[in-house]
Amino acid sequence: MKSTTTLRRKLLSSAFVGFCGFAVLIALIPLAFVLFFVITQGIRAVNVDFFTHMPTPVGEPGGGMANAIVGTLIVSGLAALMAVPIGVISGMYMSEYAGTRFASLVRFAADTLNGVPSIVIGVFAYAVAVLPFKQFSALAGGFALGVMMIPIIARTTEELLLLVPGSMREGALALGATRARAVFGVVLPAALPGIVTGIVLALARIAGETAPLLFTSFNNRFFTTKLTQPISTLTVQVFTYATGPYDDWHRQAWAGALVLVMIVLVCSLLARLATRRLERMHARG
Amino acid sequence: MRRKELGFQMGTGVLGLVLVAIVFAIGAVLAKQSMLSIEKFGLSFWRTEVWDPVSGEFGALPFIWGTLYSSILALLISTPIALGIAVFISELCPARLRQPLVFLTELLAAIPSIVYGLWGIFVLVPAVRALEISLPDALRQLPFFSGPPLGLGMLSAALILAIMVIPFSSSVAREVLKSVPAAQREAAYALGATRFEAIRAALFFARTGIIGAIMLGFGRALGETMAVTMVIGNNPRVSLSLFAPQYTMAAVLANEFTEAADDLYLAALTEIGLVLFIITLIVNSLSRLLIWSMSRTATQVPEPVEPAVDAA
Repeated sequence: MKSTTTLRRKLLSSAFVGFCGFAVLIALIPLAFVLFFVITQGIRAVNVDFFTHMPTPVGEPGGGMANAIVGTLIVSGLAALMAVPIGVISGMYMSEYAGTRFASLVRFAADTLNGVPSIVIGVFAYAVAVLPFKQFSALAGGFALGVMMIPIIARTTEELLLLVPGSMREGALALGATRARAVFGVVLPAALPGIVTGIVLALARIAGETAPLLFTSFNNRFFTTKLTQPISTLTVQVFTYATGPYDDWHRQAWAGALVLVMIVLVCSLLARLATRRLERMHARG
Repeated sequence: MRRKELGFQMGTGVLGLVLVAIVFAIGAVLAKQSMLSIEKFGLSFWRTEVWDPVSGEFGALPFIWGTLYSSILALLISTPIALGIAVFISELCPARLRQPLVFLTELLAAIPSIVYGLWGIFVLVPAVRALEISLPDALRQLPFFSGPPLGLGMLSAALILAIMVIPFSSSVAREVLKSVPAAQREAAYALGATRFEAIRAALFFARTGIIGAIMLGFGRALGETMAVTMVIGNNPRVSLSLFAPQYTMAAVLANEFTEAADDLYLAALTEIGLVLFIITLIVNSLSRLLIWSMSRTATQVPEPVEPAVDAA
């Protein structure tokens, strides 16, 4: 009797272990499928023209997404311009004054903002940065992405600053440095490589956003670098092409997706290498 | 000296305040922009099924239904898988596999929504259509499988949402499991528990945090836009059928916002955005509360006393 229960318990345990391994496989299958299709379909359409040429009129094969690539760079750049200072400094506040009530409030706001659906941020940016000017613009797109980027950078900065050994800060303060000196001169430089990595990752994530751009930076068939004009971006262009009826558009959409995935892949790999180096440095130090 | 300290605190604090202000501004601006619709329709906005912008009739029931239905379906699929992954990575897998697996699941979260959508349209939807066609006729009588097998519809949306939510839930669940004291597991093994029994005890210990992790995934699913818009079929109707093309709150915003010609239409869409904002706010806050209370109980287990450090 006893041995059968033991057997049953052991079997149940093995079945559970098997299920957990199976769950990992189940999750990796879509990842492999998505990457496989994006790479095989995308590579057929990606060529030099894709990066240097403008979209051709419907029916004419070839062409590229030069305007959309430049547009994505501009809009993400604007977002970073807005989000990096606000994010890094509010992150600094959260780590320096951790434990105060206001720091908890800022942290709560950052987490809340991080959870706001990107499409809602788009509606907000439309009301704030499009409606008053009666004009879709690259600036409005940058604003929308910037709002999304702030909480990511703030929380990363906070976490990395908290990792810097307290003794470093205390050392600086003991030598008579003001808190600002201690933070900007000692603590921030120690955490800087990590923070830069965090910013790069945030940029990669932001560059892949579509929803906040649909009604802020909108789309533009022509090449423009004017910040007050609607501007084309890779993601919105992929959306237009993917939902359109033409085969040639679909090919272009896959190519755009490949570029987007490559941006994400390269950034995450770089970030991983960087963090590994940092960890090793910390372990040694 | 003292003044400089204050200057630093105020200077950095002001930018912290910006963060808080943005959250309030989102709520306030959306509320103001949707006033027209709130005043005109009141609560009937959320009870009416007809969405006909041309004749000025706006009922948002199909959207809230589609959002909740797709997200709940996605959770049903993703929860066991996400927990399985969390357990496998934190408890079962060889240390050498751990980092690569974490990296791969994080990659699943890093792929842009639009790429999932593209893949959804050209790969997932045809596969789902084939699956729907092959379903035996007897099952087709059930309300869950009624309607023509289009591929585009609730089932595709739920599947793609599940894929996108898994990495979020599983990484939080992993963190939560990590906070279960080792003594807990050791005690279970010492009593002769099998692996499953020990892990079940750990999961039970961490239940509040696990529920928090699942809710966090729910919050993500509610607001997910592009991929869902591209595969759900965009048809405003309330249906239990997994085959039926339906609509979500986020998808209607993505599709119709730039087409909203008159003020009432725009206000109605903005109200949908406002409610989506409020729902995700509540879900996310609750989930963080659960995760936080879990990590607090975990640290209440007696540990070596550390000297108290003044936080300020």
